[in-house]
Amino acid sequence: MLSFRQKFRNWAFRRTTESGTVVLNQRRIYIVPSRQGLGFAGVLVLMLLGDINYGLSLGYALTFLLAAASGMSMLHTFRNMARIEIRAGRNLPVFAGDNAHFLFHFANPTPFARYRLHLHDDAGHGTVFDLPARSDSAIQLAIPARQRGWLDSGQLTLYSEFPLGLFHAWTYLHFDTRCLVYPQPAAPQLLPEQAAAGDLTGTRSAQGDEDFSGLRNYVSGDSLPRIAWKTLAREQELQVKQFSALQGNKLWLDWHALSQLAVEHRLQLLTRWVLDAEQAGLRYGLRLPDGETGPDHGAAHSSECLRRLALFGTGQA
Amino acid sequence: MKSDPRLIYGLIACLLLAGAPHADHLPAWVSLTGLALLSWRALLCYRGKALPSRRLLMLITLACVAGIVLNLHALFGREAGVTLLILLGSLKMLELRETRDAMILLYLCCFVSITLFFYTQTIPAALLMLGELFLVVTTWLQVQAENLDLRARARMASIILLQAAPLALLMFVFFPRIQGPLWGMPQDAYGSSGLSDTMTPGSLSRLSQSEAVAFRVTFDGAVPERERLYWRGPVLWDFDGRKWSQGRSPVSGPSHLERAAQPVHYTITLEPHNKRWLFALDIPVHISTAAAYSPDFNLLSTTPVNTRLRYDATSFTRYQANPDEAPQQLDRALALPPGYDPRARELAGLWRQQSHSAAEIVQTALAYFHRNGFTYTLEPPLLGRDSVDDFLFNTRQGFCEHYASSFVFLMRAAGIPARVVTGYQGGEYNALGGYYILRQSDAHAWTEVWLPGRGWVRQDPTAAIAPARIQEGLGSAVSDSALLPFFMRNPPQFLSTLRMDLDALTNQWNQWVLGYDSEKQFALLNRFGLGTFDWQNLVTGMALSIAMVVALLAMLMLRQPRRQPIDAVQKLYLDFCHTLERHGIQRDAHEGPQDFSRRASAQLPQHATAIQEIVRQYLALRYRNRVTVAAISAFRHAVRRFKL
Repeated sequence: MLSFRQKFRNWAFRRTTESGTVVLNQRRIYIVPSRQGLGFAGVLVLMLLGDINYGLSLGYALTFLLAAASGMSMLHTFRNMARIEIRAGRNLPVFAGDNAHFLFHFANPTPFARYRLHLHDDAGHGTVFDLPARSDSAIQLAIPARQRGWLDSGQLTLYSEFPLGLFHAWTYLHFDTRCLVYPQPAAPQLLPEQAAAGDLTGTRSAQGDEDFSGLRNYVSGDSLPRIAWKTLAREQELQVKQFSALQGNKLWLDWHALSQLAVEHRLQLLTRWVLDAEQAGLRYGLRLPDGETGPDHGAAHSSECLRRLALFGTGQA
Repeated sequence: MKSDPRLIYGLIACLLLAGAPHADHLPAWVSLTGLALLSWRALLCYRGKALPSRRLLMLITLACVAGIVLNLHALFGREAGVTLLILLGSLKMLELRETRDAMILLYLCCFVSITLFFYTQTIPAALLMLGELFLVVTTWLQVQAENLDLRARARMASIILLQAAPLALLMFVFFPRIQGPLWGMPQDAYGSSGLSDTMTPGSLSRLSQSEAVAFRVTFDGAVPERERLYWRGPVLWDFDGRKWSQGRSPVSGPSHLERAAQPVHYTITLEPHNKRWLFALDIPVHISTAAAYSPDFNLLSTTPVNTRLRYDATSFTRYQANPDEAPQQLDRALALPPGYDPRARELAGLWRQQSHSAAEIVQTALAYFHRNGFTYTLEPPLLGRDSVDDFLFNTRQGFCEHYASSFVFLMRAAGIPARVVTGYQGGEYNALGGYYILRQSDAHAWTEVWLPGRGWVRQDPTAAIAPARIQEGLGSAVSDSALLPFFMRNPPQFLSTLRMDLDALTNQWNQWVLGYDSEKQFALLNRFGLGTFDWQNLVTGMALSIAMVVALLAMLMLRQPRRQPIDAVQKLYLDFCHTLERHGIQRDAHEGPQDFSRRASAQLPQHATAIQEIVRQYLALRYRNRVTVAAISAFRHAVRRFKL
């Protein structure tokens, strides 16, 4: 259900999603006095009344200079937005609960810099940036990703009140850009076959089917049992132990094996396992009601698994 | 709001520059308090300390308000208003928390700047206002974009103000001038200076030490000789033994001139003095502004003159004034306070017995002043109760008011109707501007006696004692000229010339900037052949001309530059290709940098290293995402150095 504000906007400005490069021109930029501008107009009226009443010639001069400067600031505000070229960039997938970083490329082809541009979405998540003269800048807009699936940036507003804050110039941007949101990983839990085979705590397992192969730096999402506490105690960076994968040992992460859990919870747990299995260097496959992936190993495989989990049941591809 | 120290210092500078010129006329404690508060704020900012508590600020505010009420006896009115603005502004600095507070302070600075014009509207005040405006806009930019450095802000502020200047000028020329006031003025809205409507010993000698301009005169045609340049002001009739005053309003009687001759036409620009009288050459017959003509030939404006006033006037320098004066008026001109100055009465009685006519008595009196060792001085000794006696027989040192006062007293005692006339005498010629300046130091008092058949005749006893006063001016006439301001003591020629040139500039400023009213507005626009103007035409004219200028400025600001490679790296690479092209190696449209480099190197083996190095750098910048300022400048250097 669209809010009244959005309805009005869609009616008044007739914007649909856009692709490619948007160049801001006078048809796209709207400009009105800001609240501060209206306040300042009141100040000017007071000054003018004083000038008339007391017949202050220099008072007229000062009042007119201020009025003309604020009038000219409207052109400056407009120019601060005009002829900016914007296109959407590639957005990296994120996990639900994190921020999605929408990437936009702003090009300023003019020989003057742009200052204090605000880019924000309807919920008020925004960023403020400047654009140097004759340059391209990549601007990231962080929007919280609450649900798995495709996240649309929604209609964004780009506005500026530079230089004097007396005028508010804005434009609406709605690119066909979206960000893939993976399900939020569940709390760490042993992988299904490991649960059967026993704990992997870094000491050699009884079966000896995994070998300690080295240390690497910690990345978020690593499971606690793998953290190399000893190196931490030596005041080195936080590191985790890596184990060499055993070829031929396949792990199936099976939707149907988790029938006691709710759908979303199942997806969250599977997400956790995909991450852990990838990290553990295992060959693993994902089995969902709509088909299976793998078994395989590597970044592309894990991305594909996570993608299937993200879009499961949403009807999107 | 982040309390950026640069913003704090900027705001302090704005307030200081706006408030400093007010130190001239505000009580010293106000300036000191304001300065102390601002210094405190600067110190807190410098040390990075927290702002004082609300309660403490409230106490200081109450103390300031109490100080204003006790000192100025008001919370409204000009003086109290300005004081309040400055003190509240300084206090606001100490509770600067949000962006809104900073903006309020900047607005306040504008208000404080504008209040300065109540006191002075000179050229320096205008320059100061421009400086303040620049500072305010620069600080304003900081409020809006805190990451902009000072140079960028100063540049932006200059651009905005320079663009605003022509628009402001158009508004100034076209904006319909409405004659104020729109509402009642505070009692103290105008200061008064210059002559007052009473005269006591010492009142004119004090005034003569001021160099302030009283009015400026442009003659239309022949200029009378200096001895005739008596500029008539209030006429004083009543004497109470010490003070001369206009007394009750004169009985309405005839005021007419007979055998008037030698008319003089001139234009006077009168500085505001907040009194009703209008000065004119002795004796005026016509004036271009609304004024009443009193029976003692005085011109009275319908309202107090509280703005600079320009009027044309015509006077006759030869005349017989009221030869058939009403008897009541003559009685008034003979009245003396009983019980004062017995010796002067006795002397006058003696003259009356010895003389055959009134004219003879007048001559005797003038001769008396001439012979008996009277001196003309700026610092006469104080006089006792019988001031005329004391002056005539003891001190014998006086300024023009002493001579006028005692002369009229003697005349009345001898039975000749007489009165004191105050005004200005002489005038200093400004060759550049072609006008005469009358300063407060030219203030003068003389007398008129009524002689049967001749009417009121001007008599100036000062001329009998110090003829130089009338012929050359005050500086040459007084013995103790060291008391006078510098410029009245015959300063070096070039300084006098400079001073006169500056005064001519001031006069133009007064006429065209400060005196720009609806009349001037219409006159100016008519001169440009824009037809007759009413205020609707003015508004249309203003709108059209402003729209034209704004369109021009917008075109300049928003014009599309010629299409050129937007980024510096691309541009440099094209320069490099162009260099090669001039030597016959043209890059094909489809040719990539590496292919081109290979081909060019093959054709110019002696430059192969340089070519390959440039292309290597170009590729790194273009495709390896290693764009740094240093890398670009190295690339630029390599391309510029590449010569064949």
